[in-house]
Amino acid sequence: MTTRLVTILLAGILTNNMVLSKFLGICPFLGVSKKLNTALSMSVAVIFVMLIATAVTWPVYALLLVPAGLEYLQTIVFILIIAALVQLVEIVLKRFLPPVYRALGIYLPLITTNCAVLGITILNFTDSLTFVESLCNALGAGLGFMLAMVLFAGVRSRLETSDVPAALQGLPITLISASLVALSFLGFAGVVG
Amino acid sequence: MNLWLPILIVGVIGLIAGLGLSIASVLMQVPVDETEQKVRAALPGANCGACGFSGCDGYAAAIAKGEAPPDRCAPGGADTAAALSELLGVTVTLEPKRACVACGGNCDAVGQKLEYRGIPTCAAAAQLYGGPSACAFGCIGLGDCAQACPYGAISVQNGVASVDPALCTGCGACVKACPKGVLSLRPAEPARPLVRCHNTQKGAVARKICKASCIGCMKCAKVCPVGAASVSQNLASIDPALCTGCGACVEACPQHCIEG
Repeated sequence: MTTRLVTILLAGILTNNMVLSKFLGICPFLGVSKKLNTALSMSVAVIFVMLIATAVTWPVYALLLVPAGLEYLQTIVFILIIAALVQLVEIVLKRFLPPVYRALGIYLPLITTNCAVLGITILNFTDSLTFVESLCNALGAGLGFMLAMVLFAGVRSRLETSDVPAALQGLPITLISASLVALSFLGFAGVVG
Repeated sequence: MNLWLPILIVGVIGLIAGLGLSIASVLMQVPVDETEQKVRAALPGANCGACGFSGCDGYAAAIAKGEAPPDRCAPGGADTAAALSELLGVTVTLEPKRACVACGGNCDAVGQKLEYRGIPTCAAAAQLYGGPSACAFGCIGLGDCAQACPYGAISVQNGVASVDPALCTGCGACVKACPKGVLSLRPAEPARPLVRCHNTQKGAVARKICKASCIGCMKCAKVCPVGAASVSQNLASIDPALCTGCGACVEACPQHCIEG
């Protein structure tokens, strides 16, 4: 049991990395990775939302949609639940943790439309994981997202001071370096999972 | 009949989510200060930091609490001052200011003492023997001020920063960014002559380094009818408070480093 959970966790972080292997959540990966601070805040918010989204969507799918034979409603129901959850988290943070709310700023609402969150909740069922395994998978995917964000923030901070040809400055060189980072993650294929 | 179940399920989930959110937003409402919101709406929202706060939100909160005087928003200018006066019931006067570049050492006037190939910012270049320019006092020309300017008012032209007075709001972000202290804020109206040099070395040395340097010859001080021009540490300066704008110093300067 424990071995399986660790395997799922490591697979989520390395081999099946949300951003660099599955190419989900590319938008925040490129948009928020300019500074290490914001990259970290965004990653923490994503981990948090992934965990609670999995915790809520798993029972809804397994106990409501499957018995009713309505598996095809998965996407729309999950989007509904995730959007409401993110809103709720925002309200709660604003009330009880204003500094965290200000630090996360625009990133929290952005997560509503982050396909990595929707992706992980759906992938939990395509891989037919149990509830605990799903939570573990969500945590792994979130940590993997954080790893990718932090790595790439480092790459981008080095890009800022390097001499980039005029034609490649800005987004082009960012996309090229993102692909190189993704390529390096290919090396993890087959290690776990 | 099969159609109704999915509609019901999605509808009920949506209803629960909506109700939950409504209840949560009522239960966890954060009391907001109305004055703060109004003050924030009156501020320009540039978040330049000229007021000394981290941004317009911070400044608005401080004004609303009475912790900060309402006359610190340089970018807002007269409009913001008027809006704040009306809002707070006090008279807010604001003297508009503009950033000025006290260096005329462009690529034609001053040479380079080294070829700099490091990180392309003035702050980094200034760490290395005071920058690539032969003049240790003048503009480095890598544009830290242009980067810092939230209004796009500064550009580097022929190696020297140049301020567009139409775009400049006098927030002072560039003054903080310049590692050489070349930029300063001066009253925007009326326009007064400015000594476009920052070099305090002796005249002969300064002239050898830069064709456009002030050599401290005292000619401006002698021709000035009101005593606004003075020379200290081999560098002329013109006091905008005393200056009448007659332009005698501009005519008299042999180095043409006083800009009218």
